[in-house]
Amino acid sequence: MDERERLAALAPVLRLRGAVNEAIRGFFLERDFIEVETPVRVAVPAMERHIDAEPAGDAWLRTSPELHMKRLLAAGLPRLFQIGPCFRKGERGERHNPEYSMLEWYRAGADYRVMLTEIEALLRRVASAVRLRDEGALKIREEIFSRPWIVESVRDIFRREAGWDPVAHYDEERFERDLVGRVEPSLPRDRCVALLDYPAAQGALARLKPGAAALAERWELYAGGLELANAFSELTDAAEQRRRFETWGNERRAEGSAVYPLDEAFLAALAAGMPPSGGVALGLDRLVMALAGLRTLDDLLPFREVSKQ
Amino acid sequence: MAGQYTAGDLRKGLKVEFEKKPYVVTEFNFVKPGKGASIYNCRLKCMLDGTTMQRAFRANDIFGVPDLEEKTMRYSYNEGDNYIFMDVNFEQTTIPATVLGDSRYFLFEDCEVTVLFFNNNPVEVTLPTFVEKVIAETQPGARGNTAAGNVTKPAKIVGGYELPVPLFVNEGDTIKIDTRTGQYSDRVLRR
Repeated sequence: MDERERLAALAPVLRLRGAVNEAIRGFFLERDFIEVETPVRVAVPAMERHIDAEPAGDAWLRTSPELHMKRLLAAGLPRLFQIGPCFRKGERGERHNPEYSMLEWYRAGADYRVMLTEIEALLRRVASAVRLRDEGALKIREEIFSRPWIVESVRDIFRREAGWDPVAHYDEERFERDLVGRVEPSLPRDRCVALLDYPAAQGALARLKPGAAALAERWELYAGGLELANAFSELTDAAEQRRRFETWGNERRAEGSAVYPLDEAFLAALAAGMPPSGGVALGLDRLVMALAGLRTLDDLLPFREVSKQ
Repeated sequence: MAGQYTAGDLRKGLKVEFEKKPYVVTEFNFVKPGKGASIYNCRLKCMLDGTTMQRAFRANDIFGVPDLEEKTMRYSYNEGDNYIFMDVNFEQTTIPATVLGDSRYFLFEDCEVTVLFFNNNPVEVTLPTFVEKVIAETQPGARGNTAAGNVTKPAKIVGGYELPVPLFVNEGDTIKIDTRTGQYSDRVLRR
């Protein structure tokens, strides 16, 4: 197929994408969220254990809008959402692209459980809205989102599918291998599953569960087996946040990965006080893939830029 | 090992050494769960015995660059299960039947082949795509028997290899065999 044919054939998914964005904006604006745009080119990327930022001149491209959005939260804006591009170096596969679209939202006063209720309402609404607009060119898999959602703890699903307890006996390498090799393949293809309460070491920027410090208040949502969104009860303790950044920095240095400066402006905002909040990051490309039943990003993205080398 | 690859270097078609064996990467997919490290889901095909394995590698898993060398050689003769080949300098290499597999039936004197060496041991012999062989044994084709869809019959070539051939092929005929599949390709008409 030549390029013109290939691009023309993408029209239905491109139209679907626009409809998804419109339904998302409608949902949040009705709930009195503010849509924000924060810098794409950032002085300091968010340090995470396994996420690499793409350099951009004397700065970086953002890997997520998280830290800027939290500064807005800390300044007293209680409900925020953003739709925009994020960049992660070296991530390329059937379900990964170094540049992708993120929907991220924060709600002050909420925890991860509240965010789970909210994403369920959001995705049911989006799926139903785009189904109504479907012109027959695509089969919209609304049922993935409308069927009852399953909520299961990470510990329970690992015990069942991998035969061990990753909370009591945490082992990073084994955890990630079994997550990809055993747990994810076991997830149902016809509905949504939220995996809840990760081992503390997989908590990233989540707060630890009050009274159960081995667990982080984090969930991941899978739609028809496709990892779609991640949520935290956000960590608001500036000292603990600094400690985690430093730990990841040290681990990254030890393995030869890039180490980023600490985002002092963000840490100062946390120290001045950020309300307890829930936050969700959702991969928009994958949401469209799940809705349209697409197998790979090649079926969705009109262009996949490659790097210079 | 002549160097190193990490899992991030893997791509389809790359030849790597893993657990002391040479493999070719036949499938490669990048995945990254949640907040976790990159994982490379690969299928590797062993260049020694053709077996495949599915494995999830992490970015810091290390592979060797296999010491592989390809040489053009000519077949000269066999002693039982040992087949003797010669390179352009008339240096001899003995390759056992186990490495050759069915290819050993398709050799002929002076046949030019490509031999793949791993750590200086021959591991694979690639013959010309088509070789000509003479039919030693086959039943005369029974005409009118094609309605049952049975349009081939067994035949044996000089040297002993058996394969299905079309009904019109007779003893003493020369046929072309596709050495990649070991199957009949064509009849060679001689005047």
